[in-house]
Amino acid sequence: MELVCPAGSLPALKAAVDAGADAVYIGFRDHTNARQFAGLNFTEKRMREGMEYARRRGTRVFCALNTYPQPAGWKHWTATLDRAADLGFDALILADMGLLDHAARYHPGIPRHLSVQGSATSHEALRFYHREFGISRAVLPRVLSMDQVRQVAGHSPVELEVFAFGSLCIMAEGRCYLSSYLTDESPNTCGACSPAKAVRWEEKGDDLEARLNGVLIDRFAGDEQAGYPTLCKGRFEVEGAVYHAIEEPTSLNTMDLLPELHRLGVSAVKIEGRQRSPAYSGQVAGTWRAAIDRVKADPETFEPAPEWQRTLGELSEGGQTTLGAWTRSWK
Amino acid sequence: MTMKLSLGPILWYWPRQDVLNFYAEAAEWPVETIYLGEVVCSRRRDMKVADWVDLARDLRGCGKEVVLSSQTLIESEADLRTLRRIRDNGEFLVEANDQSALNMVIEAGLPFVTGPSMNVYNPATLRVLLRRGLQRWCLPVELSRDTLADMQATLYEQSLHAPVEVFAWGFLPLAWSSRCFTARYYGKPKDRCEFVCQQHPDGLALKSREHQDVFRLNGTSTLSGARYDLMRELPDMQRLGVDTVRLSPEHEGMAEVVARFDRARQGDMPERHPLHLAEAPPCDGYWYGRPGMDWSWTP
Repeated sequence: MELVCPAGSLPALKAAVDAGADAVYIGFRDHTNARQFAGLNFTEKRMREGMEYARRRGTRVFCALNTYPQPAGWKHWTATLDRAADLGFDALILADMGLLDHAARYHPGIPRHLSVQGSATSHEALRFYHREFGISRAVLPRVLSMDQVRQVAGHSPVELEVFAFGSLCIMAEGRCYLSSYLTDESPNTCGACSPAKAVRWEEKGDDLEARLNGVLIDRFAGDEQAGYPTLCKGRFEVEGAVYHAIEEPTSLNTMDLLPELHRLGVSAVKIEGRQRSPAYSGQVAGTWRAAIDRVKADPETFEPAPEWQRTLGELSEGGQTTLGAWTRSWK
Repeated sequence: MTMKLSLGPILWYWPRQDVLNFYAEAAEWPVETIYLGEVVCSRRRDMKVADWVDLARDLRGCGKEVVLSSQTLIESEADLRTLRRIRDNGEFLVEANDQSALNMVIEAGLPFVTGPSMNVYNPATLRVLLRRGLQRWCLPVELSRDTLADMQATLYEQSLHAPVEVFAWGFLPLAWSSRCFTARYYGKPKDRCEFVCQQHPDGLALKSREHQDVFRLNGTSTLSGARYDLMRELPDMQRLGVDTVRLSPEHEGMAEVVARFDRARQGDMPERHPLHLAEAPPCDGYWYGRPGMDWSWTP
């Protein structure tokens, strides 16, 4: 079982590599990948440096090109993919069927991983991507429960990678258009959800209001911790009741399930968070490295160490973690 | 050639008799194509696949093209078994709403159409699907008329024939989850939801704390808070070579909505006087490449 870690910058990449990541995934500095943030991601020069650093230490490097190009952007996306191929990445992480086709046709030697943005939730869907584009691995959406992952794993034609830790999307990834409905950017079109350019903070008396393109997403009383206004994690009104109508601001942490994932033959666990700091990359990678090593050594008696859980809790959004869909506590 | 009108699948959970009554009326409306099936939640079982197929036969008898729509988010083996029953109907075209359905129809060598949640963002994707039996595709809701125009131009240059459908009226389906937001509102676990979404034939309005319509909760799906309305854009769609214009069923006022679109597609743009519909603002932002909730039109 492999540990796949995020890096939004060269220092983050080095931190993840030093802390024991088996692979890191990075993206170009534009909207060809699903973490388009100002100042984040890599120029080609930094990519080369990062790859050299990682290779010397036996760590593989994947390139995320997991947004959906429209005709006006097609040449840019395919040129970027071709550049990634020339740079010699160990795998390309792709979602769009057109780009998968391009990669399979022109760069057949580079492994293709299906991004979580490809929205494959069954072994039938995986068979489609495998047959049409020769993918060797797929990242499963965070909507599936353990039973469902077990069903997929039992029939999957490709290696599976699952999310272990980080921000939690509760909508099926790759088919969530909520962000472009309120702003003009979505994960699919340009790799952004609830983009910072559309966020406005306003003090109203003792309260702090968080708006996204003018829409009030949340209002925090003076003593409340204010979180980033990700649109599905705000407080809204439904028939007069005000509450987190879609989801609470929490992070995913599946460490308790690591032995089961190991038993299912899941090939890799993925950490979310290319937008986070080098310190985050390093600390999360180190914690999961220790956990994976222990589970490999003795899956039967594995229990997460309290200090690991404490570290991960401190690195989580809102200081809260959840097992997410894995155990379906809301069912 | 005049554009066709279609009725998309019912996105809400209506009691069986309401569904049958709705289609008994729809059989008389000037729509060419009707999509049938449960596309949101596997727990909605008032209508089984066999019931949809029976209904499909009736509507075909009334001269409609009928397409069976697949569930958008597939999560379990049970969902896959339902999908196989839809694939094996033996008579009707299937609308693939995810890659699971897509794989099944392709492996069976069957023709298919794709729905708005199938991510077709560029001609290269269409080429892949056309090779495998695509008959018609629906523009994803977040894409603009300019992107559609670019797609059409490329297809024309490459002599590819891919009729396109545009979701043009109704609440926009924007997201799918394994969680149920209607059950959450009622404080019920999803497995014992008591089918509370059936009490909301137009969904539950989710508003900001300033009473702005933001989204509409509908079981495990989330829709737009404003109603997409592209009636004024029909002449533009005609010029762009749009094949079919999709209207999304609502509980009330649908006959009048269809009648208006029917007039509009024939060049007789109706006045914009109010209809008896669930109260919601209009929007058309996506068509213009802006935030989906925006509304451009002022009289």
